[in-house]
Amino acid sequence: MKLKTLLAGLVVSTAMIGAAAAQDKIKIGVSIPAATHGFMGGLNWHAQEAEKRLEAQHENIDIIIVTANGPSDQASDLEDLVSVHQIDALVVLPFESEPLTDPVKQVKQTGAFITVVDRGLSEPGIEDIYVAGNNTEMGRVSAEYMKSRLKEGDNIVILRGIPTVLDTERFDAFMAEIEGSGINVLDNKFANWNRDDGFEVMQDFLSRFPDIDGVWAQDDDITLGVVEAIKQAGREKEMFVVGGAGMKEIIKGVMEGDELVPVDVLYPPAQIATAMDVTVANYTSNAPVRGRYILGAPLITPENAEEFYFPDSPF
Amino acid sequence: MSVSAREETAKPVRNFGIDLKTAGPLVALIVLCVLGYSLNPAFLSEGNLANLLTRSAFIGIIAVGATFVITAGGIDLSVGSMAAFVAGMMIIIMNGAIDVMGVSVWTVILGCGCSLILGIGAGFINGFLTTKGKIEAFIVTLGTMGIYRSLVTYFADGGTLSLASAARDIYRPVYYDSFLRIPIPVWVFIGVAIIGWILMNRTAFGRYCMAIGSNEHVARYSAIKVDRVKTWTYVLQGLCVSLATIIYVPRLGSASSATGVLWELEAIAAVIIGGTMLKGGFGRVGGTVIGALILTAIGNILNLTDIISNYLNGAVQGVIIVVAVYLQRGNLRAPKRKAQE
Repeated sequence: MKLKTLLAGLVVSTAMIGAAAAQDKIKIGVSIPAATHGFMGGLNWHAQEAEKRLEAQHENIDIIIVTANGPSDQASDLEDLVSVHQIDALVVLPFESEPLTDPVKQVKQTGAFITVVDRGLSEPGIEDIYVAGNNTEMGRVSAEYMKSRLKEGDNIVILRGIPTVLDTERFDAFMAEIEGSGINVLDNKFANWNRDDGFEVMQDFLSRFPDIDGVWAQDDDITLGVVEAIKQAGREKEMFVVGGAGMKEIIKGVMEGDELVPVDVLYPPAQIATAMDVTVANYTSNAPVRGRYILGAPLITPENAEEFYFPDSPF
Repeated sequence: MSVSAREETAKPVRNFGIDLKTAGPLVALIVLCVLGYSLNPAFLSEGNLANLLTRSAFIGIIAVGATFVITAGGIDLSVGSMAAFVAGMMIIIMNGAIDVMGVSVWTVILGCGCSLILGIGAGFINGFLTTKGKIEAFIVTLGTMGIYRSLVTYFADGGTLSLASAARDIYRPVYYDSFLRIPIPVWVFIGVAIIGWILMNRTAFGRYCMAIGSNEHVARYSAIKVDRVKTWTYVLQGLCVSLATIIYVPRLGSASSATGVLWELEAIAAVIIGGTMLKGGFGRVGGTVIGALILTAIGNILNLTDIISNYLNGAVQGVIIVVAVYLQRGNLRAPKRKAQE
């Protein structure tokens, strides 16, 4: 009982001191999914780096990063950001579009400035800024590269991610671009954006198809599993692999001229930093920042790989 | 529980050529193999069978350990996270050792040794908290599941822990090499299965596990050191996780928070498909091995065909798991009716 009262008092007083001290600071809440896999690990790292950089650059900016393990967890995070921290702006990467739309709308009603990243909300007009990687473009660019390397009658297999809208967008764009080129898509299977699954699915593709010329692995984690399976089968001379995202190991390989994974397609985990930058710019510059920032999905080749290489990032 | 007890006593009386309870999962596996071959002849190619067996080794080895835990009336939900944690620690230790003692076979042996210590230690913690701490095994291992999973995420900084490539070159053969044309992980699996079978069916320890799972109080009054035996089952489970990790790490040379996700459920499924009872009291190590093979074969067959929509993979797996267990329940009932006649 005593401990409880003490704790409660402590929480209240810290909150009050915090609120008093930060009265003149612009508070920006950043709500992102926890680092439960490679890409999100990278995203978390970039968010923290951006926090350090922005807070050092601008004295009046205070950034609060919270990470959630699921959509409902994230909804609670948003409530806390409003009630405890009384944020002026929110940068949010929604776990899922549908369940987070209402919670974000609630934040909007407090008058906060809203930046939505990557996965959009299911209702238009809530966010002031939208920053995203480009799934459609990612699929299209990958297919374009396939076309540049393969000819009519060549065979490819596809390893997809987790059954989500994101994955479907990439896949549909890829198939639309590849159509009519005469390249055969032998089959596609889900590898769950995971190295182990990538390894196993590719092993099965290799025992099933004697003739494979190219692999679209869609994601760099899957790519690493695929590469091991191909090496195990001793078939690395027969085919090449196109991944995606921008994992540092893969980009390093591209820089060094790896023949099995010659290129990568960018879907940057650093997009969260872009979102934080433009949100801060809303308060620190006199330029208008509202709108949609769709990042490109450029092909990463040995020539430009340097630009996308972050050796300190965990991803 | 009483059913299994009756089973045990009824065994010598009925003189079937084959043990029906063993046949249940075996029939399911054979049906799956025939199905796999008819869908794609590549299923029975040597390469595919080697892949399939090697893959099932991870879940299989862990499931052999889980057979003891479940037989003794416990449950271990932490094995998947534990595997990820042990794999991550192994990689950190080996990478660290390279800086100090250079790259040699000893680096790898050091890593494997640490893996054994960590696995056994983690198992002991689960066992100790369950028995001496008197906390439900479900809760203890639910807790440690969360702890190990976040620790590996923390150590990997949300990304992936990768083994230095020099050490990987030395360690790689442990997964990729074969002895007498059988991959090394499969040998480990066979070894673990045989030792597990002997422990379960030919030693006092196995009998104690079944007795405790059947009725803990009776076992206690029968002067069985219940706490000690139960703790041992968790230690054994930890040891199995560590062995599985030792053959898992050289496969991709990495560990992340995505490593070993849902392995606990796969291991439990393998145990149950194999004929062990979830409520304890009756364990079958041989069945567990078949259960692990069935689970891996399902995934393999789904990848070898494009008949079924990708979105339905989980549904197909679910149906086959339920059918495999149903087959076996049907067989369990038959002798019971016989006993009544």
